[in-house]
Amino acid sequence: MTKPSSHMSGPSRPSGPDVPPDEPLTDAEAAEEAHARRRHRLERFLQVAVFCAIVGAWELSAQTGLADPFFFGKPSGIAATIWRWATRGTPQGPLWQHVAVTLEETILAFGIGVLIGVVAGFALARNRTLATVLGPYVRMGNAIPRVILGSIFVIWLGLGMASKVALGVTLTFFVVFFNAFQGVREVDPNLTNNARILGAGPRQLSFDVMLPAALGWITSSLHTSFGFALVGAVVGEFIGATHGLGYLVAAAQGAFNANGVFAAMVILSVVALIADALVTWLERWLTPWRPAAMTQTF
Amino acid sequence: MRDLTFEVARGEFCAIVGPTGSGKSTTLNLIAGLERPSRGQVVVLGEVVTDGARGVGYMFQTDAIFPWKTVLQNVCTGPLYRGVPRHVAQRQAHEWISRVGLAGFEDRYPNQLSGGMRKRVALAQTLINEPAVLLMDEPFASLDVQTRTLMENELLELWSGSSASVVFVTHDLEEAIALADRVLVFTAAPATVKQSYRIALPRPRNVAEVRFDPRFTQLYERIWEDLRDEAVIAYERSLKAIRS
Repeated sequence: MTKPSSHMSGPSRPSGPDVPPDEPLTDAEAAEEAHARRRHRLERFLQVAVFCAIVGAWELSAQTGLADPFFFGKPSGIAATIWRWATRGTPQGPLWQHVAVTLEETILAFGIGVLIGVVAGFALARNRTLATVLGPYVRMGNAIPRVILGSIFVIWLGLGMASKVALGVTLTFFVVFFNAFQGVREVDPNLTNNARILGAGPRQLSFDVMLPAALGWITSSLHTSFGFALVGAVVGEFIGATHGLGYLVAAAQGAFNANGVFAAMVILSVVALIADALVTWLERWLTPWRPAAMTQTF
Repeated sequence: MRDLTFEVARGEFCAIVGPTGSGKSTTLNLIAGLERPSRGQVVVLGEVVTDGARGVGYMFQTDAIFPWKTVLQNVCTGPLYRGVPRHVAQRQAHEWISRVGLAGFEDRYPNQLSGGMRKRVALAQTLINEPAVLLMDEPFASLDVQTRTLMENELLELWSGSSASVVFVTHDLEEAIALADRVLVFTAAPATVKQSYRIALPRPRNVAEVRFDPRFTQLYERIWEDLRDEAVIAYERSLKAIRS
């Protein structure tokens, strides 16, 4: 992955409205830029090299019998499995169907969990009595190992989508709840005082000041909570399901198909990475006032 | 603070100076109704302040404009909270934005502005409500000296076009004398008014030039005598507090 290297997109040059793009560079600046570009390329190269080294060593030990491919799988086998699933479908039906089911469960769990988490966090932060009464129960709920709930949800809600969504919600809710709660509690008193002086009533104080002020905290929890929603969906499918990537893993495990387990893992990672990019976009859209550097990840 | 009694006349610019921790900010909070006195009362515009005084504007020491609102939305906030229809509020806001010299920056967010520009937004946000009493708590303390002088002059100009009373807290005696009609010197805690000085310098003033007026120097020396004694007391107390 090399970037096009015209002098405008060099990584060393700040690309703000203050920098006229057509201005010619001095020699020192050009040298600096060439240096930065070289370093950037070297970093990319090393990234790829690390991947090749690990996968190559794995493949080699599988080929030579150092690691039994029956237990450890092998990269070429995993790639072949993914290709077969993608083109001819899995033994359990077409691949896109499983991906779609897992995604649907994840997004549903994420949406519901975030909604309940924000509402509950906001309510408890604004109402002292509510916080005192319900606080210990929330902490208790958070202490339960949620994976165990998966079994109960399967019993209650069956093998369908509902049990996975429920598990995902119990996982995402707490992340968002604690962030929303903290966010509202830590609103700069200067801002609320200013709003009061400007004439804000209690409703305006809540929705025009507290909520946007807490939004920074809430959005920064979205990455974590989306990850948890995905975990909830996959673990739920693993425990008992008829569709989904977690179900694929369970089925491959049942057939002692190590390549299948890894293939499902790779697909899951790709799905998770794409979803993470979408969450980053959502974050930028929700909080356009924050400088880009604050929300950027590497 | 104890036995703190003072009055500010309508349209008067009153500056408060005093040593650190003498309750200057608390005084403003009491006037604004953000805090309540444990004893005594605060009267603003003939009404005893109970919970949030009406007709009061307050410019805080640190940035208190809303980071998630653009300049226009920030300046609109007051009128919208007070039930002014949106299009009227926006027209007023545009007017105030150009009055504080920020025309063309309506759609920027505060983090895209410099410190001085953010102060201008805060000024417009406060003044758009046309407060009868304007409270200012070291509003320009975080600015560099040049920007500060500019802002002080602009404040005087905007104020002269209104009939507002101003209570201006600062620890900078020069700033106090340059701006105010009257300077109150607070004692070290518990705060009372130690002395009140009338500043009979002519208006309109230019903050940068008035400092060279011989009367300015005289006033400065007299007030500084008072202030220094209190500052020494406050300093010795803080030393004692750290030692024990």
